[in-house]
Amino acid sequence: MEQSAEFNRARRAERLQNGTRKTLTYLLLSVWALIVLFPFYWMLLSSVKSYSAYNGEFIPKFFTLNPTLQNYVDAFSAVPLGRYFFNTFVFTVITTALMLVVIVLAAYAFARLNFRGKNLVFTLFLALMMIPNELVIITNFVTITNWNLRNTFLGLILPSVTSVFYIYLLRENFAQVPAELYYAAKVDGTSDMKYLWKVMLPICRPTVVTVVILKVIECWNSYVWPRLITDKESHFLVSNGIQAIRENGFGRENIPAMMAAVVVISVPLIVLFLIFRKKIMEGVSRGGTKG
Amino acid sequence: MENRDTKAWLYLLPAILFLGVFMIYPLVDVVVYSFEQGYNSASQSFSGVGFFNFSYVLRDPYFLQALKNTFILVIITVPVSTAFALLISVALSSIKKLQDLFQTVYFLPYVTNTLAVGLVFMILFKRTPYSDGLVNLLIGWFGGEAVDFIDGPYWAKMFVLCFYTVWVVLPFKILVLTSALASVDRNYYNAARVDGTSRGRIFRKITLPMISPMLFYLVITGFIGAFKAYSDAVALFGTNLNAAGMNTIVGYVYDMLYGNSGGYPSFASAAAILLFLIVLTITCINLLVKNRSAKN
Amino acid sequence: MKVVLQNLTKQFPGRNKQPGVTAVNNFNFEIPDGELIGLLGPSGCGKSTVLNMLCGLQKPSAGRIFFGEEDVTDLPPEKRGVGMVFQNYALYPHLTVLQNILFPLQNLKGEQKLSKQEMTDRALEAAKLVQIDMLLDRKPSELSGGQQQRVAIARALVKMPRVLLLDEPLSNLDARLRLQTREEIRRIQQETHITTIFVTHDQEEAMSISDHIVVMNAGVFQQMGKPQEVYDDPVNLFVAKFLGTPPINVFDGEVRGEALFIGADRVLDVPGVRDGAVTVGIRPEGFLLRDGGALRCRLKAVEIMGRDKSIVAENPACQSPTIRAIISAEVSCDVSQTEIGFDIKPQKLCLFEPESGARIRFAAK
Repeated sequence: MEQSAEFNRARRAERLQNGTRKTLTYLLLSVWALIVLFPFYWMLLSSVKSYSAYNGEFIPKFFTLNPTLQNYVDAFSAVPLGRYFFNTFVFTVITTALMLVVIVLAAYAFARLNFRGKNLVFTLFLALMMIPNELVIITNFVTITNWNLRNTFLGLILPSVTSVFYIYLLRENFAQVPAELYYAAKVDGTSDMKYLWKVMLPICRPTVVTVVILKVIECWNSYVWPRLITDKESHFLVSNGIQAIRENGFGRENIPAMMAAVVVISVPLIVLFLIFRKKIMEGVSRGGTKG
Repeated sequence: MENRDTKAWLYLLPAILFLGVFMIYPLVDVVVYSFEQGYNSASQSFSGVGFFNFSYVLRDPYFLQALKNTFILVIITVPVSTAFALLISVALSSIKKLQDLFQTVYFLPYVTNTLAVGLVFMILFKRTPYSDGLVNLLIGWFGGEAVDFIDGPYWAKMFVLCFYTVWVVLPFKILVLTSALASVDRNYYNAARVDGTSRGRIFRKITLPMISPMLFYLVITGFIGAFKAYSDAVALFGTNLNAAGMNTIVGYVYDMLYGNSGGYPSFASAAAILLFLIVLTITCINLLVKNRSAKN
Repeated sequence: MKVVLQNLTKQFPGRNKQPGVTAVNNFNFEIPDGELIGLLGPSGCGKSTVLNMLCGLQKPSAGRIFFGEEDVTDLPPEKRGVGMVFQNYALYPHLTVLQNILFPLQNLKGEQKLSKQEMTDRALEAAKLVQIDMLLDRKPSELSGGQQQRVAIARALVKMPRVLLLDEPLSNLDARLRLQTREEIRRIQQETHITTIFVTHDQEEAMSISDHIVVMNAGVFQQMGKPQEVYDDPVNLFVAKFLGTPPINVFDGEVRGEALFIGADRVLDVPGVRDGAVTVGIRPEGFLLRDGGALRCRLKAVEIMGRDKSIVAENPACQSPTIRAIISAEVSCDVSQTEIGFDIKPQKLCLFEPESGARIRFAAK
């Protein structure tokens, strides 16, 4: 049929167009994936090049035939990278744990308990969400300095313990737990605290996990506050550590060792991410912005 | 029910204590600081009250440089990153194979330490006596002149800063937009296809309006985030941003507070309040634009 | 426009080592021009797949589809000239009613392109046809379910399709609106004479408005015909059970010497039927209450329904716990008696092969 010949031509044209579109789509996606991955590859690569090999390459090479782990040894021996790690670990764990206690109690009060002035207080809390950290950090700096808490864990941790946003997130989740459960527990004579730990938290575990993950990422990467409040290596976190390494780390500009340090710092979060990929991405899309 | 009230307040007590000391009090205090003239942190005394701090900051060339840098950064990175994130997300949602892999890869920058990876960008872009660096190698392949992006001309430094900022903020935007795209009911697309709607028209008339709330959300948070840029710049250019001419408003606040040029909480407060006012204004403008376009 | 399905088959490949699914298996039937056809079957039987293949959203694995003489199997949806109403209507929430109806017209390109005035005229005409011309400036969220349905139909009709497809058009409406809307669909179809195919799992809905119904089950075509014909003369046990409320009563029976026995009762002469076990289906209206009737049952209850009575009884040979018989309200029935007898109307009784469910025909006297 004449008509069908025309259709066949149109179909072929459309198929060609679809094919081109698909190729372009994959090309775009691959190029961006390359741009995202390349810095990671480069830091790995540079971290296993020897100091002399790295500095000998006027034109950087995209691979190395003589990988060395010497840089990693340097990174841990020449600068107290292990110390930074330990500090960050302690800071992250204590801050997250303290925060969890504070926000769970507050969220529970807002979600389940009735008291006079609840709405007013909650509105005030919500208003606080709009306040940028930059505005309050100045006074906090002065406060911590006046309390003589510079270069202490306490000084690092205290201002990072609360997050209005996480209280809000958790309260919303708590509020979804049917009130009947609470009344049933009350009838059975369960105390509020027990109800909170035995019923509320297990039900809302996904949100709690999300909050914990977000807070851990935030703590691990925090830079501004630690920079203001610490100036001794003994209390540096990894972010400050890496900055210190960059500025006067290995005595000379030892980029391979620096990259080794960068790799070591990046690995824990990347591993965490690869394990909890779904959870993290879900949590971030629900309530995280970087910064 | 006195008892019940007491219990509730007990539950709230830790949060209120922490917020009171580290958020509400500082909020009041920062305003007080910003109006206290000649505050001396050693003697904790001041010589007068007024707008002196603001006028000093507004005339400080470092602040003006920081203001200029921040605005350029915002004006470039917010539209570029949003548009590019949209492009990537649309491409990502149109494929089936490898979608998960791409999504995972694209999200990686979100979980990395900004300072650490910034160093990698620095060595990629930096030109040293020993090596022109990788990016200059690429430029050379295409027949271009080598440029030092880290210690070189202003536009080159600004380019790296913008590039790195986009690299850092894209994961979040891609994530939000892909989930927004995925939540559009497939039936709308089917209906449009049965009606013979072209791809371009489907995108403009159906996809874009459907995800516009998320786009606006990204633009607003994008503006706020970009105005607070700081650690990206530190990662690339080091802590002495004023010397590099690449300081940002937030950087200026911290420099005024602490470090070589520090010790002036009044100036820092004034600058922080100025920043807050700028962000507030921009956010209000955004919301106005949003409401107006929602009406049309 | 007549629609012909030829050996139409759709297979979905298996995923994760699970076997594939044949959603539509070798369909052959022809839909006459200008008719309203109900495509009927239980949920998940492949009805929607047929519809999606007709409108071009899914490609058949094998077989052809013709609109009139034209083979449309390989055409993309927009070149087929079909209008489709989706189950949840798929109205664009950010556009007004008028903009929604205009949407398909604005897609036209080249010679088909219309002027603004023509488009508005056509949209208004379609809106008037479905009687929503007073709601043109509303957004879909400001409309009731029934109104949304009408807008969706107007949007499907505005490009003057050759074939109109409706996917479960009434399932999202409440009972009262459902009755009203199905009349409405009937009226619109009769005014426009567009060949219309709608998919439903509700047999009452299909029977009440269709010119023909097509019954399918598990991807397999069962029967096509006028609703009453299919009801009276089902080709197999599935069709017999699927159509009719209350459903057909099914018994285990036996044929001996050209006579049908249910339990010990000799119910009916069935000339020409070989001896052996059979499955017997009797429509609820096929029972005649008579003392000493052929089929004896234990009386359970009598439900008065105004127009008629429903007698609930038990018989050990029945495949379901109770039998339901509908008799005229005038016939009196003594509730106190425990055993009752029925005579059976031969034209309301069907015989089926016990294994395959295929119909066994006999010459009723």
